[in-house]
Amino acid sequence: MSVISAKGLTKNFGKFKALNGVNLEVDKGEVYGFIGPNGAGKSTTIRVLLGVLKATEGKAEIFGMDAWSEAVEIHKRIAYVPGDVNLWPNLTGGEVIDLFVKLRGGSQRRKREELIDRFKLDPSKKCRTYSKGNRQKVALVAAFSSEADLYILDEPTSGLDPLMERVFQECVKEAKNEGKSILLSSHILSEVERLCDKVGIIREGKMIESGTLEELRHLTRTQLHVETREPSPGLVKIPGVHNLQKNGRAATFQVDSEKLEDVISYLSSYGVLKLESAPPKLEDLFMRHYKGENSGPVGEGG
Amino acid sequence: MKSRLFKNISTLSRFIFKKDRFKMALWIVGIVGFTLAVAVAFPDLYRTAAERQQLAASMVNPAVTALVGRGYGLDDYTYGAMMAHQMLGMTTIIAGLMNILLVAKHTRADEEAGLTEMILSLPSGRLSTMGASMAVMAVLNSIMAVAVGLGLFSTGIESLDLEGSLLYGAVIGAIGLFFAAVTALCAQLTESTRGTIGLSIAVLGGAYLIRAAGDVSNETLSWFSPIGWVLGTETYVNNYWWPIILTLAATLCIAVLAFYLNTIRDVGAGFFPSKPGRMTASLFLRSPFGLALRLQRSSLVFWTLGIVVLAVTYGSVLGETEIYFEDIEFMEEFLPVMEGVSLTDQFLAVLMAVMAIIITIPALLMILKLKGEEKNQRLESLFSLPVSRIRMMGSYLLLAMLSSVFLLLVSGLAMGSMGVAVIEEAELAPFITSSLVYLPAVWVMLAVTALLIGFLPKYTGLIWLYLGFSFMTVYFGDLFQMPGWLTGLTPFDHVPGMPVDEFNFMSAAVMIIVAVTIGAAGFFGYLKRDIHG
Ligand SMILES: Nc1ncnc2c1ncn2[C@@H]1O[C@H](COP(=O)(O)OP(=O)(O)O)[C@@H](O)[C@H]1O
Ligand SMILES: [Mg+2]
Repeated sequence: MSVISAKGLTKNFGKFKALNGVNLEVDKGEVYGFIGPNGAGKSTTIRVLLGVLKATEGKAEIFGMDAWSEAVEIHKRIAYVPGDVNLWPNLTGGEVIDLFVKLRGGSQRRKREELIDRFKLDPSKKCRTYSKGNRQKVALVAAFSSEADLYILDEPTSGLDPLMERVFQECVKEAKNEGKSILLSSHILSEVERLCDKVGIIREGKMIESGTLEELRHLTRTQLHVETREPSPGLVKIPGVHNLQKNGRAATFQVDSEKLEDVISYLSSYGVLKLESAPPKLEDLFMRHYKGENSGPVGEGG
Repeated sequence: MKSRLFKNISTLSRFIFKKDRFKMALWIVGIVGFTLAVAVAFPDLYRTAAERQQLAASMVNPAVTALVGRGYGLDDYTYGAMMAHQMLGMTTIIAGLMNILLVAKHTRADEEAGLTEMILSLPSGRLSTMGASMAVMAVLNSIMAVAVGLGLFSTGIESLDLEGSLLYGAVIGAIGLFFAAVTALCAQLTESTRGTIGLSIAVLGGAYLIRAAGDVSNETLSWFSPIGWVLGTETYVNNYWWPIILTLAATLCIAVLAFYLNTIRDVGAGFFPSKPGRMTASLFLRSPFGLALRLQRSSLVFWTLGIVVLAVTYGSVLGETEIYFEDIEFMEEFLPVMEGVSLTDQFLAVLMAVMAIIITIPALLMILKLKGEEKNQRLESLFSLPVSRIRMMGSYLLLAMLSSVFLLLVSGLAMGSMGVAVIEEAELAPFITSSLVYLPAVWVMLAVTALLIGFLPKYTGLIWLYLGFSFMTVYFGDLFQMPGWLTGLTPFDHVPGMPVDEFNFMSAAVMIIVAVTIGAAGFFGYLKRDIHG
């Protein structure tokens, strides 16, 4: 059963098209990584899902209910951490956490204390004195100390230090283990790789790629460094080999994951002395999408 | 040393000009235009010296003195004397507000938003941001002073001579600059923009009240208020320039103190200590209404205090009204004495209207906070919770409505308690009903605000224009002899001026129906639109 189902979401701000036919599907118990550079439309998509913005076109459903008209009912079961956490300067962090938890209904005192402790937050300080990271902690504590079925997290770690980032990742894993669904927007790819089952990539308001990490890995390239006994002149001709740099008998290049077999079998006849490979990274996929405006779809060599 | 502290000040000044040029131009055009419009209107309204003398006579009573000031040259009430008496005091307050709002924005608001820190990380001096703000305000107030002065002189109206006109402008510029310095000082003391604006307006209000109390009871007291100083120039009558010098000297002292405090404190910190807060939310802070109240609690307390003080001040002068009027022979001609209606009651009705409009300000602020929360991107988090739009807007509207009931009640009680003490055979009840009768009108204003928030969130500021217009019609409607259809555009015009007029059930009912209809439309708009943050 899909928890979030968005079809053909379009959102115009005046003449500007912030979203252009976004499709998004998150299933129950799934951690969905929503990645894209600044201004791609991640937050706008999330705001439409929250029923804060009304989609110009398209349909968004959460738990099978309409995201706009049944927002209040939906929100009883979701927890949201905004990308830019803005809090009331003259309330304390503790007060804000309690307010959020109370408004959602159902409080878990123990969980709250435990999370405040884990995130090392001082809840007696006024929000005006909090740094960006601390404001994010307030929102994270409020979100994870409530009993939600779906967590919507918009770049939640952009202000956290590495230690706190780890605490955050543990929280996400715990929620996942309890069968909760999570939509995690991010541009920190290592985080997405570590946590997410499925990934969607958005650019300029369009979803340009989505699928499980495994599926996407097929589309990525592996970095190879080889040294052979004999020179291997034909390497450059093999389809799927990119950015070849030769230095005598040593060669450094990237190869499309699905062409790896061809390359290895070709090289083996020249006597491999050394073979180093770097794993396919989401980052490479990401970079290829974003390097140039005109970069074609994945799979066609660049 | 000096150049280090103020490094890059000229770049920053130009930046402020560029950023705020529109806002500044609007203020100046507003103040100059308003002054000139009134100056030009007077000769049409009061053609002969006899008419002016009549007006002067009607102005000599404690209620008016408290409101606008003592007035000079009343025995030869020229157009100049009229301007200085009726307009100048009011304009000093507007100029003060302009400076408070602009300087608070340049100093503490920028600091709170972290902009000051960014600018300090660039090669600019520690005092440059505040210095730039002060420099800009000096230029702005000078422009305003000269524009008002030359503008008044250029109307060519007799008795608006060059020296008097320039002094009139100088009064506005000097008091403006004084409050710019006061705000810069308050920005050092408090840690938040709200605190800065609140404290500065408290000083402005205090200056007005000391002047009002002093003018009515004790001349020396007025000299403890900067507004008392500048009105002591006796513009267009005796044209004393030394109070301007005094004001500017005081301004300089305050500014130097502010600069000094700025050098010895940390960025982001204030001198009034902030105490450690609660670890958990109180039982109260658990609903949008609780939040709305909590966020505006201190503002509500502040307004309540201000309104009590103002109402008590007005109440205390009521007792003397009758005595004053007995002395003036042709008074009966001017204010046709109504059968069985005392002059005290007539003034009470006017004062109640003024109080009701003043009370509308905090009521509007309470509901406009909803828009402010959206602008500061704090609503999104709340709307991600199971909180409906109706509940959210309803909470702020309810708070505004309750505040208006509370403040009108407090105002009537405060003025009444004082009135009962100073007027023979007075009762408390009429004060309270005369005050509460404005409730439907205030609610119409709230409903219009809800409509703006629902449909035109970018233009909610229009409500202040509407309130300003309402004030003009109530306050100057008779003076300017405005036509009925024009004054009828404001709800306040449809409120019976109790205790002189009878309570009018129909008009109250109609206004409440209008308020409900407009308010419902506002909710409808709010349900349908995007929340921007
Ligand atoms: N309220 C708005 N009005 C106009 N443009 C907007 C508004 N909100 C977002 N945008 C624009 O829409 C685009 C997508 O923004 P956003 O969804 O915040 O991106 P992301 O979260 O991926 O960084 C940006 O170009 C942004 O400037
Ligand atoms: Mg974003």
